Amino acid sequence: MSNVPADLKYTNSHEWIRNEGDGIVTIGITDHAQELLGDLVFVELPEVGASAETGSEIAVVESVKAASDVYSPLDGEVIEVNEALVDAPEQVNDSAYEDGWLLKLKLADAGALDALMNAEAYTAHAESEDH
Amino acid sequence: MDQKTILNESHRAMGARMVPFGGWDMPVNYGSQIEEHHAVRQDAGMFDVSHMLVIDIKGSDSTHFLRHLIANDVARLKESGKALYSCMLNEQGGVIDDLIVYYLDDTWFRMVVNAGTADKDLGWIIGQSSGFDIEVAPRRDLAMIAVQGPNAVAKTLPLLNDEIRDSAGTLKPFHATWDSSWFIGRTGYTGEDGFEIILPENDATDFWQQLADAGVRPCGLGSRDTLRLEAGMNLYGSDMDEETSPLEAGLKWTIALEPAERDFVGRQALEAKLAEGNLKTFVGLVLEGRGILRDHLPLFDGDKQIGEITSGGFSPTLERSIAYARVDADAPEQFEVEIRGKRLPVRKTKISFVRNGKACVDL
Repeated sequence: MSNVPADLKYTNSHEWIRNEGDGIVTIGITDHAQELLGDLVFVELPEVGASAETGSEIAVVESVKAASDVYSPLDGEVIEVNEALVDAPEQVNDSAYEDGWLLKLKLADAGALDALMNAEAYTAHAESEDH
Repeated sequence: MDQKTILNESHRAMGARMVPFGGWDMPVNYGSQIEEHHAVRQDAGMFDVSHMLVIDIKGSDSTHFLRHLIANDVARLKESGKALYSCMLNEQGGVIDDLIVYYLDDTWFRMVVNAGTADKDLGWIIGQSSGFDIEVAPRRDLAMIAVQGPNAVAKTLPLLNDEIRDSAGTLKPFHATWDSSWFIGRTGYTGEDGFEIILPENDATDFWQQLADAGVRPCGLGSRDTLRLEAGMNLYGSDMDEETSPLEAGLKWTIALEPAERDFVGRQALEAKLAEGNLKTFVGLVLEGRGILRDHLPLFDGDKQIGEITSGGFSPTLERSIAYARVDADAPEQFEVEIRGKRLPVRKTKISFVRNGKACVDL
């Protein structure tokens, strides 16, 4: 199984969420997701200021193989996007949890974070999908 | 349950990500599709293509039969070992499959057909063969390995036995040589020099390992697709199928209408389409900005839809998105693709984007 850091939260659709405090979270796709997609060649990011709804499309990552939607794990507002990915989408492959982050959200309800999956639950979910 | 080639365990041992393809369990990449692509453009890579089916046509009517069966004309093959690319058509002029046929002698031709269509092809070929003195022999006992890239020939030759090495070393492009068990064609699906090697299954695992030890990089179906897309080579099922005429898939050059008296399957339908006119054209596209062209995306000139993409993707060599498309004959030089509701500019190009490591379109 690929790398699943214990300090992050996760979704069924393979996004990771890092709590930055003050109701702000950073969002990316998991190492497992980038492995499934293969080499990324294009990332479409939202506008700063866009509003995000739980479960709605917030970004698109395209690998050589296919385009894949990224879903917002929570309600909030986009306050920053990783502009470096426009020229270097491969950062998502090389560093899914650090340089490959996609965007930051200011959450509508900071408490909603607690309801997301932890690393253990996500690992079990990803393994069940593989079989 | 997907079928496995004899090299299945070798792929897994080399770290392949396996996917289902045409009823087979095949490697899509061994880590990085883009690095595999570059290995073939710049050095040497190898592909397990044992899922494709070799069919031997033997007997005194072999030439006669193939001149009936396929749209290109095997009578053009005068030299033993020469290969020909052709479509096999249905009576409506649609493409049942595309294939390579090698002429060995007047009583023996060897065809290689696609994996996903192999059973259908075999049924069709046998169905067409009544009244001809031929034998149709599917060769599931053979494996096939494509070694491709500017250094492919140099890295492969030392691994061959003495007798076939000499004849393989002097092969002209699109020719093959063989001994009692191995068959080597200077052919491929990447736009680079190299060999396609048909060999007994029992020899395949060792040979694959020897190639790897000689510095030939294992490559999956992912890079095979981006390489063929750059090279301007059609993919059956995407660029043409049973509903599509080769005339609208950039394959008119493979239809031998001369001599006029050769009555191959699909000829009447093609002649009717040519007489009727109003055929779509098959073009290359380059996306002007960022984004990825994908299969089936619609193309627009103003408000009017003028066609769609048949196969598209990212070109690792050009670092741009490229595609093939079927569009109205009067399509302008530039028009638009619609991706996720947004219109982006595309430009028409010739179909061949990269050959022998070099870009052949202006960006």
